[in-house]
Amino acid sequence: MKFSANSVWENKDYYDAAVIGAGHAGCEAALACARLGLHTVVFTVSVDSIALMPCNPNIGGSSKGHLVREVDALGGEMGKVIDKTFIQSKMLNKSKGPAVHSLRAQADKADYSRTMRLVLENQERLDIKQQEVVDILTEDQKVTGVQTYSGAVYPCRAVVLCTGTYLKARCIYGEVSTNTGPNGLQAANYLTDSLKKLGIRMYRLKTGTPARIDRNSVDFSKMEEQPGDERVVPFSFTTNPDDVQIDQVSCWLTYTNEETHNIIRNNLDRSPLFSGKIEGTGPRYCPSIEDKVVKFADKNRHQVFIEPEGLNTNEMYIGGMSSSLPEDVQYAMYRTVPGLEHVKIVRNAYAIEYDCIDARQLKPTLEFKKIDGLFSGGQFNGSSGYEEAAAQGLMAGINAARKLSGLDGIVLDRSEAYIGVLIDDLVTKESHEPYRMMTSRAEYRLLLRQDNADERLTRIGYEIGLISEDRYQIFLDKMRFVETEVDRLSHVYVGTDDKVQRLLIDSGSSPLLSGISLKELVRRPELSYSILSEIDEGRPVFPEKLKDEIEEQVNIRIKYQGYINRQLRQVEQFKKLENKRIPENIDYDSIKSLRIEAVQKLKEIRPVSIGQASRISGVSPADISVLLVYLGGRNES
Amino acid sequence: MAMRILYLYGLENFLNYLYKYSISYNRSLMYNEGKQIGRKYVDMVYKERQTIAAISTAVSESGIGIVRMCGSQAIEIADKVYRGKKEKRLISQKTYTIHYGYILDGDEIIDEVLVMLMRGPKTFTGEDTIEINCHGGVYVVNRVLDTLIKNGAGPAEPGEFTKRAFLNGKMDLSQAEAVIDVIQSENEYALQSSITQLRGGIKNKISDVRKEILYHTAFIESALDDPEHISVDGYGEKLKGILENLMKEIKKMIDSSSSGRIIKEGINTVILGKPNAGKSSLLNTLLGEDRAIVTDIAGTTRDILQEHIRLQGISLNIVDTAGIRDTEDVIEKIGVDKAVQYAKESDLIIYVIDSSIDLDENDFSILSLLQEKKSVILLNKSDLDKVIDFNKIRDKYLEINSTIKEFDIPVIDISARNGQGIDILEQTIKDMFYKGHISFNTEVYITNARHKDFLMKAYDSLNKVIDSIMNQMPEDFYSIDLIDAYESLGMITGDTMGEDLINEIFSKFCMGK
Repeated sequence: MKFSANSVWENKDYYDAAVIGAGHAGCEAALACARLGLHTVVFTVSVDSIALMPCNPNIGGSSKGHLVREVDALGGEMGKVIDKTFIQSKMLNKSKGPAVHSLRAQADKADYSRTMRLVLENQERLDIKQQEVVDILTEDQKVTGVQTYSGAVYPCRAVVLCTGTYLKARCIYGEVSTNTGPNGLQAANYLTDSLKKLGIRMYRLKTGTPARIDRNSVDFSKMEEQPGDERVVPFSFTTNPDDVQIDQVSCWLTYTNEETHNIIRNNLDRSPLFSGKIEGTGPRYCPSIEDKVVKFADKNRHQVFIEPEGLNTNEMYIGGMSSSLPEDVQYAMYRTVPGLEHVKIVRNAYAIEYDCIDARQLKPTLEFKKIDGLFSGGQFNGSSGYEEAAAQGLMAGINAARKLSGLDGIVLDRSEAYIGVLIDDLVTKESHEPYRMMTSRAEYRLLLRQDNADERLTRIGYEIGLISEDRYQIFLDKMRFVETEVDRLSHVYVGTDDKVQRLLIDSGSSPLLSGISLKELVRRPELSYSILSEIDEGRPVFPEKLKDEIEEQVNIRIKYQGYINRQLRQVEQFKKLENKRIPENIDYDSIKSLRIEAVQKLKEIRPVSIGQASRISGVSPADISVLLVYLGGRNES
Repeated sequence: MAMRILYLYGLENFLNYLYKYSISYNRSLMYNEGKQIGRKYVDMVYKERQTIAAISTAVSESGIGIVRMCGSQAIEIADKVYRGKKEKRLISQKTYTIHYGYILDGDEIIDEVLVMLMRGPKTFTGEDTIEINCHGGVYVVNRVLDTLIKNGAGPAEPGEFTKRAFLNGKMDLSQAEAVIDVIQSENEYALQSSITQLRGGIKNKISDVRKEILYHTAFIESALDDPEHISVDGYGEKLKGILENLMKEIKKMIDSSSSGRIIKEGINTVILGKPNAGKSSLLNTLLGEDRAIVTDIAGTTRDILQEHIRLQGISLNIVDTAGIRDTEDVIEKIGVDKAVQYAKESDLIIYVIDSSIDLDENDFSILSLLQEKKSVILLNKSDLDKVIDFNKIRDKYLEINSTIKEFDIPVIDISARNGQGIDILEQTIKDMFYKGHISFNTEVYITNARHKDFLMKAYDSLNKVIDSIMNQMPEDFYSIDLIDAYESLGMITGDTMGEDLINEIFSKFCMGK
């Protein structure tokens, strides 16, 4: 590789770890490393793009909200920053079960980015460096440092790759194509080759974003207003709910129509997606508007959400209409939508292609199997979304720090966290599109609720060292309150007195024939813990800050106990498979009776447990049987 | 030796789970490659150590069939279904003893049997073992197995007895590889036979039910993942109706597995043949004095008569096309057309040919009808000069039904008038039934206890969804049990969830962003 006239020199500052990229994954990774004691440098092609949100202006959403909560419970930063910078917030699926309640906040993008940047800047042991990393330096398959475009070498013992969509990035709309990263930022064109030299398999993915438009050109009278929730719930368990009751801004709903669809259909040949100019595989879950029109031809309209990008800008995001059609078609198409008849486009919609890895090259700790000390997280691993990125960045950062401290890696399993599902899927399953979290990917979602992320993960975060003693004690207090209260309710009985009967009838419930415990009453679908407060004289007073959370937990624990217990039993079974470890040095070729396909897949993925092995496509139950008998025999000899 | 070391290491727990893994991995019978293992599967893996039962002799017309059961509750379960002399209880009998008696399903005597009692650990598997020697044939042996399962035994997976033997230390660990081979090969075999059992009809039916379940699950899930684009409000009511229909379908399949039903309701049989071939004589002979005529039921039309005949324990509903007899001199063609109609709805066709006159167009159309049905061909008037014989029938049949390579229809010479050959006909029908060749025509027929088990699980899961709907649970609770049902049914056809749901969501529902 030849660099522009620069001589190679060694940076003498001491660093344990380098994080490459300062997007949502890089920020969490860098903070985790530094907080866990590593001297860390985080590289970014532009300091102004730290924690950039180049696509949609929201954090959270179905199952993604869960991830943010989990990141927070483990001691990550995303939840705290969005709580400070959101401009609208909604709990999605509120009419559904608690497992699928999901927080989603509209962010003030610029504010989010600045706020996160300040957290990084003020973090002890963490340095920010605006430089493009071009080479990962290794010795004997072990990381020794990184080299930047300027020629500087930074010796270090661990590297976390969080390059997002920047590697050999190319943005495309219509016939126009530029070799830039998101938002026209500089792409990173050299690192791919360095990684390939290390034997890492790369492939290309694609995603896209809609246009940004000028608020002054939008006629909101033709749209439906979408306000935020009256009572906002914060993301972070550390945020005082009173602090997030702010004045919110609205989003707006409008629809495409047949005219829109006709314009799209008539210009499909000019779409790089359909003409074959784009090679990367796009995500099915956020299809471009041209994909939607082609694939769901029978739908005569699609929803369009007009969302503000921030308080100090007039730019707005056109949710639901990402596209890579040519500029003139974009104008024509957007202007058919009611309210957008005279719309001015500030930034064109575009598709972006980038290099990423097949994440099956990673261990569940997110370290490369082949290269000691090299970790990766975020879109680079083939995922999609800010939240998915943050979750992986956090775990990669934690595990890099633990590795350098001689500790075992932290791997969350599928029954502990969406983060566990996310990473297990990424490192085990073949995927041909950017991976997005979905609640339907979680087998035990009744247990993996966003409301109990703290219960599931705070202890782990505390043991890792990212949760402070104070925070941990508050958490323990909360748990004690919840348990005591559930227990109390099962021992408090109410009778058939007037007050009780009236409350029941008023709440649409049937009156009592005899005494019953409050716990039983909470179970009735039309009743809840809070409704019953009137007839529950002995109800304790909870600390104001925890009141909402405690009441919610009590309610859920009682109402869904049967279902929850059922899943807990399933998890017990699941755990046994996960806990059966496969030795790292196992020689699959020597196992007679394994089918050839299974041997190939097992050799490639090298699962850490029988559980993981059983999730590999191409490994049959009979192969697992064989493996177990083999392991049994081997252990003895 | 190696087993001993295993114990020295104090790894009894290891054995325990190894045991559990291995049986369950087989139990799942999910052979389809390239798909990941579903969550149902994980449930199965750790099913508690269960008493298992299986037919351990080849299922054939042999005189004796053995049903073997082993596990800690084997004797207890056997006592529930066994009736010996004088209130004899197997539990109080010594090991290595044989007991004469009956197997009962409730009050009904299924068979007269010899029960062998062997207490562990000195048995093949090391566990308490019961072997029931009953009369051979598909029907009796299956009923005995069914009864054991009804009383708490689980259906054994292929190779499971061998595996238990290994895991209980009855084999040296050096034989592990041999055991592995058994596991693999028996799985392959079971897959084959299991798929063979799943005749087109049932596989399609299960696939249809699964497809429906998947679609609705995907709809609910897509709404949960993208609530602003897709609404699932009020879906419960609609889903309830759909699920009730699916449950009916599943129930039908479950019911078809109780072989008792054939006895109760009989095999729908149609006698076909040209006028004057001897259908009426045959019927009259079959209805002879020594046989019970159960009922005469007038059909919905004047010209249908249904006779119930009990033939060596099997009930035949013979649909006799009375009209044909009355009008045979008018238009023969109409008669044949009518007969065709009945034949299509029957379980068994008895085709009577007058062997003294040559085949004609009418015979040809009947022969082409036979290719999709179970049938018996009777060459009547065998006492007269024959112009038609087995070879002629076979050749004509293969000529007409060109897709069929082999002629496997029994051909019997009879004389309906003097009763010659009737005994062979009876024996033939009986054999066809006991070997499972005849089953219900319109119903798919579940013969495998394992399949039945999963059908019942699927049924229960759908029932739970209905409970959730009735209890006004939020929609996301539906999918938990919908997915369970989907996976249970998949265990029968060898399909797992894998990425099915995610793919269905993306292909059927338009997600936002």
